Amino acid sequence: MNSNTNPLAKRRYVIAAAAVVIMLAYTVQLFRLQLMSPQYRDYADSNVFLRRTLYPARGAIYDRNGKLLVYNRPTYDVMMVVREMKQFDTLDFCHTLNIDMERFHALNADMRDRRKNPGYSSYTQQLFMSQLDVEEYGLLQEKLYKFPGIYIQSRTERQYNYPDMGLILGYVAEVDQNRMAADPYYTRKDYAGKSGIELSHEKDLRGEKGVEILLRDAHGRVQGRYENGAHDKAPVSGRDLTLGIDVELQAYGERLMHNKVGSIVMIDPKTGEVLCMVSAPTYDPGLLTGKSFGENYRRLENNPFKPLINRAIAGTYPPGSTFKPSQGLIFLQEGIITPETHYSCYGGYPPLGGRPACHGHPSPLAIRYALTTSCNSFFCYGLNGMLSNRGKYPDVSAAFDVWRDHMVDMGFGYPLGVDLPSEKRGFIPNSKFYTGMFKTERWSAHNIISIAIGQGEILATPLQIANLGAMIANRGYFYTPHVVREMKGAALESAYTERRESGISREHFDVTVDGMAGAVTMGTCRGINLAPFVEVCGKTGTSQNPHGDDHSLFMGFAPKNDPRVAIAVLVENGRSGATTAVPVARLMMQKFFRGEIPESDRGLEQIVMHREILPYVYTRNLPPNH
Amino acid sequence: MIYQRGNDVQEKGKVDRLIVIFYLLFVLLGWLNIYAASFNLENATGLFDLSTRAGMQLIWMGSSFMLAFMLLKIDAAFYEAYAFLIYLAGILLLVVTLFVAQEINGSRSWLIVGPVRLQPAEFMKFMIVLALARVFNSYHFRLTERKNLWLVIGIILVPVVLVIAQRETGTALVYLCLILVLYREGLPGGILFVAFAAILYFILGIRFSDRQMGLLSEGEFIAVSSIIIFSAVMVWNYIKRLNMFLILLLSVAAIFLLAAAAPLFSVKTDWGLTAIVALSFTALYLLFHFIRSGTKVYLYIFLFLAGSFAFLESTDYVFRDVLRPHQQMRIRVALNMVRDLSGAGYHVGQSKIAIGSGGLWGKGFLNGTQTKLKYVPEQDTDFIFCTIGEEHGFAGSAVILLLMVIFILRLLRLAERQTMVFGRVYGYGVASIFLFHIIVNIGMVIGAVPVIGIPLPFFSYGGSSLWGFTILLFIFLRIDKSRKRD
Repeated sequence: MNSNTNPLAKRRYVIAAAAVVIMLAYTVQLFRLQLMSPQYRDYADSNVFLRRTLYPARGAIYDRNGKLLVYNRPTYDVMMVVREMKQFDTLDFCHTLNIDMERFHALNADMRDRRKNPGYSSYTQQLFMSQLDVEEYGLLQEKLYKFPGIYIQSRTERQYNYPDMGLILGYVAEVDQNRMAADPYYTRKDYAGKSGIELSHEKDLRGEKGVEILLRDAHGRVQGRYENGAHDKAPVSGRDLTLGIDVELQAYGERLMHNKVGSIVMIDPKTGEVLCMVSAPTYDPGLLTGKSFGENYRRLENNPFKPLINRAIAGTYPPGSTFKPSQGLIFLQEGIITPETHYSCYGGYPPLGGRPACHGHPSPLAIRYALTTSCNSFFCYGLNGMLSNRGKYPDVSAAFDVWRDHMVDMGFGYPLGVDLPSEKRGFIPNSKFYTGMFKTERWSAHNIISIAIGQGEILATPLQIANLGAMIANRGYFYTPHVVREMKGAALESAYTERRESGISREHFDVTVDGMAGAVTMGTCRGINLAPFVEVCGKTGTSQNPHGDDHSLFMGFAPKNDPRVAIAVLVENGRSGATTAVPVARLMMQKFFRGEIPESDRGLEQIVMHREILPYVYTRNLPPNH
Repeated sequence: MIYQRGNDVQEKGKVDRLIVIFYLLFVLLGWLNIYAASFNLENATGLFDLSTRAGMQLIWMGSSFMLAFMLLKIDAAFYEAYAFLIYLAGILLLVVTLFVAQEINGSRSWLIVGPVRLQPAEFMKFMIVLALARVFNSYHFRLTERKNLWLVIGIILVPVVLVIAQRETGTALVYLCLILVLYREGLPGGILFVAFAAILYFILGIRFSDRQMGLLSEGEFIAVSSIIIFSAVMVWNYIKRLNMFLILLLSVAAIFLLAAAAPLFSVKTDWGLTAIVALSFTALYLLFHFIRSGTKVYLYIFLFLAGSFAFLESTDYVFRDVLRPHQQMRIRVALNMVRDLSGAGYHVGQSKIAIGSGGLWGKGFLNGTQTKLKYVPEQDTDFIFCTIGEEHGFAGSAVILLLMVIFILRLLRLAERQTMVFGRVYGYGVASIFLFHIIVNIGMVIGAVPVIGIPLPFFSYGGSSLWGFTILLFIFLRIDKSRKRD
């Protein structure tokens, strides 16, 4: 019985060896899994961690007087986890949400349709119905215990206190594919500014997303926070913005421009802050939020008056006579004329046989009176004098490029750099352009004479025209116009706080300003004469254009000494400047300086407000419900 | 000698302290890991909360300790005396269970007694081992006698059939592992080798069946080559004539060389055909020597060769037509033939992720995420090793593996030091069952063995299995304690 003598006893070594070998093999396999395969840790992490984004509150927007314009309102989405749903009173549920059974089934089908909702899973929260308001939310919240598997997720939505300045504020919408590709900050279903300040100041307004790391089980159910939230990041709220815009002034401007196409821009010349920027027609910013965003957006987009275009910065027009002060300043600066240089005018520019035509006024006349009466011939002489001056410039191209550089320095020809998206540059040609156009270098001032009076190829935005007013008001410099005056917790970009010089010497301005003051007191824009209350300087413009009646323009500033406001008004097809633009400017000035419209101007106000100047091409395509 | 009465023996022996320490250590570690695996992140419960799995396991542990204590009090001779009776009672219980049990998770193996759910199949393990020990302990018992062999096979196969009928295939395989005991007690090694060869052919035939090497698939080619090598080694081993072995080997090598040279004659080498030719040559060589010398060993080797080839050719049929689809799938997953993390490979895939994410030192006690968040199925029963791997890393799991090897080797040592066949056979039975459980359970968790749902001894949650293992082990310790001194 003694096992030691048994030859079979050796077999224990076979068994022991097999056990040891297999265990060794397992150790090797463990080594491979745990030390040689880092991918398992990633798999484990992606299994478990649910990174939930915490959305920051978007910054609020105030007007220059601290009136709240834009804020966030909470809205609530109804989320559903199908797997957690048990029998509940569907009728009560529908009643609470104020929907009928048909709608319930439709929403349910939409949610489960993987084509419409590719991320559908019966284990995770799925959007059932969006944008409940506070009352609906309250009702549902109270009864939530009756509906297992139903959750409420809160979001915020932009809310507007005023139905005005939609084009400046812009709107917020879900980011598209391009935006996500361009900026990794965004993920699907994120909201971002799409136009206006919401777009240009997106980075300030949006704040910074936070993240909450949750642990999720095999069914996608959240089971708790990872390490009690030690790795979570709180969201940083967006910056509140204060605008230079005075919402009262803006709203008043929008009312004046009702049923007209055009723009009003007012700038504080001392800072470059835009006080109002009206573009007509416009829209109520409240239209582009909430449930009916899509429908309203389509309607605005199809509107033939194109209310989604901010004409103050994206509309380019021949500036007409509002251009003349800039011409006078260049000629004075270049020494082509002196304040005493007289040119004669006989109802037109004599060297070209009375083209362009002019109106009746004493002749000859110097720069001051030429501005007052808006004499075309004077500026044609001036431009010709400059471009033909072979003593000063080697050829016409050199002369013209000096002219052009002055124009650019005064803010024309390039986007001014306002803090709004899609600003247009207008057009100031250079010598090459004309050389190309005439196919010779031997062109002369007479070939392009209409640019002297702001016609021809010249194009400018209303903002550029208003900025010219600000530059003259400042006697030689301006600040880049900007709508945002202050950002909470951050300084404005230096581009908006640094003076930009026009390159025109201070001494040339007195005569120019006097000329513009004369235009108000005894010249073309007597309609805006508010003396003795405030001394306004201005220049009308009547811009010929191929789209119908002339556009009516006014450019000016006030008071004459120590100016507080510069203005540009443009009414498309409003005919002469004095007819339409001047009354609008007058009322805006009254509003600005007095805060209200004096009794004496009430009649004018009624006339302006109720005047309809809509181009025929537009009215023909008017939608029936407009 | 049938058995020795307890009072006849001088009981100098003590309960083996090392095994008891291992037992207590394993049970304690198991309990902590069950707590970790079922730990709820949102409302953490205490280790001793009886409403949780860890708390329940505490009850099973306490009752197991009492059971162990009682088993050590019983006279060792009792086990030998009543071995057959115990075995028959167990069989009866299995039969009763089969009729009484309600279906739980597709199996009819649970007996519900009041608040307690028991699985008789777990207790059958020690009963079979007892019966085997008793049979081997008979005077002048020789396994090689046909009658004895049938008796032993019967003792094992009856419960296997009953448990398969209960749909507990895993447990049935555990009973089958007692073939190791038979091996130790004189079952010809050739039988184990044949079993090993069969498994090898099966795996090769299935794993490498998609690439063709001429007439045969890649797997078949390797298997046929193995058959030739096995046959040649057998010639060397049993006939003990080196020159015959060398002649056979060289001839086969010549056939392969000739095939390799085929392209010189603008013929593409068909390796499958070559292997078949070599195999046929070996077969003819064996037959030739059998006829010439009349030595039966040649015939046996020839039969092995022919049987092997026939088995190889039928694996495909066995795999596709005998195994059920989910079993086929589990084998494919274990052989790394399918990578389907959401379907059939989900269990093993998630289990590998859990273990693999542990790294060297692991994530720390209660910091594992995969098991707690229920990515790993059965995380506190069959897949408990995942928790160790995830929370304690390679260091922790390697230490556990090492401890288990030491445990097994210690059991083998205790078995060998028995003075009586009864004790030794029982000891080998215990060692075999633990070894099988450990190898299959850990192998399945790390993806080396198909998923067979059997618990990791002492670690997995469950009353029946802990009681079963405790009884199995402590009866052995009791027998070991009263062994006769040399």
